[in-house]
Amino acid sequence: MSKLRQFREGVFGKADVRQYGMVFSLIAIIALFYITTDGVVLNSANLINVVSQYSYILILAIGMVMVIIAGHIDLSVGSVAAFTGIMVATSMADWGFAWPLGIVVGILVGMAVGAWQGFWVSRVMVPAFIVTLAGMLIFRGLNQVIGQSATVPVPEGFKVIGRGYLPQIGPDLILANGTRIVNTTTLVLGMVAVLLVVWLEFRKRAKAKSVGSEVPAMWATIVKLVLLGFVIMFFAFKFSTGNAGTGFPVSGMILLALVFIYSFIMGNTTFGRHVYAVGGNKRAAALSGVNVQRVNFLVIANMSMLAALAGMIYIARAGASGPQDGVGWELDAIAAVFIGGAAVTGGVGTVIGSMVGGLVMAFLNNGLSLMGVDQSWVSVIKGLVLLAAVAFDLISKSNDRSQILPTFMRRSKKRTEQETSTQLAEPNNPQLAQ
Amino acid sequence: MVNELSEAPLLEMRRITKEFPGVKALDDVSLTVGRPEIHSICGENGAGKSTLMKVLSGVYPYGSYEGDIYYEGKLCKFRNIGESEAVGIVIIHQELALIPELTITENMFLGNEPRKFGGLAIDWDTATRRCVELMERVGLDERPDTQIKNIGVGKQQLVEIAKALSKEVKLLILDEPTAALNDTDSQHLLGLMRGLKSEGVSLIMISHKLNEIEQISDKITIIRDGRTIETLDAEGVDEDRIIRGMVGRDMNSRFPERVRDIGEPFFEVRDIWVKHPQADDRYVCKGSNLYVRRGEVVGIAGLMGAGRTELAMSIFGRSYGLWESGTVIKDGEEIELHSVGSAIKHGIAYVSEDRKTLGLNLLDDIKNATVQSKWSKVSTRGVIDKHKVFEAADEYRVRLRTKTPSVNEGVDKLSGGNQQKVVLSKWMFTDPDLLILDEPTRGIDVGAKYEIYEVIFELAAMGKGVIVISSELPEILGLSDRIYTVFEGQVTSDVPVEQATQESLMKSMTSARVRTTA
Repeated sequence: MSKLRQFREGVFGKADVRQYGMVFSLIAIIALFYITTDGVVLNSANLINVVSQYSYILILAIGMVMVIIAGHIDLSVGSVAAFTGIMVATSMADWGFAWPLGIVVGILVGMAVGAWQGFWVSRVMVPAFIVTLAGMLIFRGLNQVIGQSATVPVPEGFKVIGRGYLPQIGPDLILANGTRIVNTTTLVLGMVAVLLVVWLEFRKRAKAKSVGSEVPAMWATIVKLVLLGFVIMFFAFKFSTGNAGTGFPVSGMILLALVFIYSFIMGNTTFGRHVYAVGGNKRAAALSGVNVQRVNFLVIANMSMLAALAGMIYIARAGASGPQDGVGWELDAIAAVFIGGAAVTGGVGTVIGSMVGGLVMAFLNNGLSLMGVDQSWVSVIKGLVLLAAVAFDLISKSNDRSQILPTFMRRSKKRTEQETSTQLAEPNNPQLAQ
Repeated sequence: MVNELSEAPLLEMRRITKEFPGVKALDDVSLTVGRPEIHSICGENGAGKSTLMKVLSGVYPYGSYEGDIYYEGKLCKFRNIGESEAVGIVIIHQELALIPELTITENMFLGNEPRKFGGLAIDWDTATRRCVELMERVGLDERPDTQIKNIGVGKQQLVEIAKALSKEVKLLILDEPTAALNDTDSQHLLGLMRGLKSEGVSLIMISHKLNEIEQISDKITIIRDGRTIETLDAEGVDEDRIIRGMVGRDMNSRFPERVRDIGEPFFEVRDIWVKHPQADDRYVCKGSNLYVRRGEVVGIAGLMGAGRTELAMSIFGRSYGLWESGTVIKDGEEIELHSVGSAIKHGIAYVSEDRKTLGLNLLDDIKNATVQSKWSKVSTRGVIDKHKVFEAADEYRVRLRTKTPSVNEGVDKLSGGNQQKVVLSKWMFTDPDLLILDEPTRGIDVGAKYEIYEVIFELAAMGKGVIVISSELPEILGLSDRIYTVFEGQVTSDVPVEQATQESLMKSMTSARVRTTA
């Protein structure tokens, strides 16, 4: 095994090509904008802006990747978010609910909508595309019926989940070089996260060793942990040194918690494996004893729940719920999932990958706007990136996928050679003939 | 016979050899069809009948096989089906190529529509008129604007034939034309075939139903293991003669040693009735009964489409068709197997016939595939212990000698034999008492077959019941202690292996005479 491959597997595991390809793309995009914007893209204020502006899209992407892995699609998330938003805002503004009660209303609305859509998909077996297309119309309409096509403001307390930051504990610290730490909590949490990552990684290594499973080379693990630790601390530092009164956004914390929980569900629970099984081969899953209906129901219902949550975070940030909230969100979430390595045919994808995909979209948007590029062109560029990401994946799969990155430069040559040799060897191959 | 001596036969396929990577599907096969004549081709599943027809019709283009095809005395080099149809060779596949939502007329002229206005528009009047004529010719009494989905399989078959006639067919190939038909429809179809012959059309029929072959053929060609064994004049040939030709290979010692230790019956199904999932009034299981003893290997022999898989899947949590009635008894108690989950819970495992579409998620890696049917063994309250998964999968890798660098590899990277071992691991991992194996060695090389036989015997030796479904009679005879034959959804015989021969089995597999000797 080459050092490069050892490193790659040590850092990313045997993840799909597109996933680590996208990590590099993300780094490249940030680096590019760092240069073109004179570093503004990595300013504390800008990072905080990116997080609070995209956290709800990323939350949607968590649910969406599960839906797509199971082989479905959900077009209704924007409308469901808007419907939940207007319900929550109305409950607080018109019915006088306290804001914690408003959140409960939002969760209940999410569950009800989820059960509704899940029922049609799993029991009546209406394709999710149709059910959620209908949902898109239904819940957009209901939003406008209930809000009478007007905006409904939300109270101050509620805005915390969209605009709030982690609380500052104690006084601001001033470092030797004059940098002011305005949010020690963020910094401390960053350190805790680094320790947690190191501990988990070594525990995993020890366990793997004890059962005789493959263990990546120690140096690869250490390089990985150092890099990861550096990245976490870099961002923790950035988020804790912004303007006075800022810090890591509450919506970002909600997102991180969800990423953690859902990554665990998809990777470490039987339910998660069942979702992959249903999307990978529904009939084989059914013959393996997987309750396909249940999986479909839960995946669709969960998506609506997360859409409800995203809707609440959005109105908290915007300060009001309006008739045009959430328009086009489903497309951003779906794009994030596919850029992040999910397969259109289902069965493939990860929560982390989708987050990377979502961040690629987020930084593209952000960086291009910072450069003053017109929104119309931003849309063109985002479209091209989506197309390129998926095309790259398909091309890489048509050849040996584990080799793609190191041999990317050589591939066109290698490919033609392979084709010629197979043609010579097996002129009768029916697959080639058809 | 109108056959003139001066004229060359309608079709001559000379020394056809067709290889797929690693397999010789056809080896020096020759076939001659006179004009007009009904020529049947017989052979076991996988003998190469369909491949031969695909070579003839241009599905496998000229150049992808060796040998020559002469049609009406001329050398033909078909590059696709269109070219063979252009000269009047039409094939009707077992799975009909009709579009359910379109009408009879639309289907009949699909891709071949009569035109008007200089080819700009379809001339529906002409199409309908010709459709009515053709339907009359094949004896089909339906309105031309009836949708295909609204007529039965028998009539659909007639539409296919009418469609072939619309193309001025000279050589009509029918692949298992009566497999899905009931007796009346079958007889009508055979009558129609005779009628076509009298009109000068030659027909090639591939069929497993020996009585029909005997009834209708002029010539019979027997293919075995990709070779032409013989071409018989149908006159005076009986079923036994055909069977001898079909199974005539030696039984070789391809099976591992085995110590038999057979206990009491512990599993039984009584009077199972199951309808076809598309629920016209066709039954795929008609009152089937069977039982299995501890430590016993029970073979189920039957031709494709006879209802073997349907029976197995019905037992396995009603996963096929529409269950009507039946009793399942295990260890003296009646049990309800209403879902796959409940079947697994009751210790029943089913290794499906088609491992790629039904057995495995090809996106999975080996370790997850191995535990797929029993996650509860490697998880607590729904949380998976990934290390246990690895340990368990690795244990089966060693035990079944699955050839792979690691259980972290994807199952799509494995060869067929090793994929099958993963599927077996998956079901052994569920600790079944009864293991149903459906075509466990299809498409697997000889070495891996032997290893799979070893596993089967090992499971029997552990006191488990094993049911093996196979199209290969030598395999059934080599593995089983007792053999059931099925034909058209019915169990037609139950014989101890000592009393079974390939000929006797083939007989019960191709006719409905119920004989019970046990």
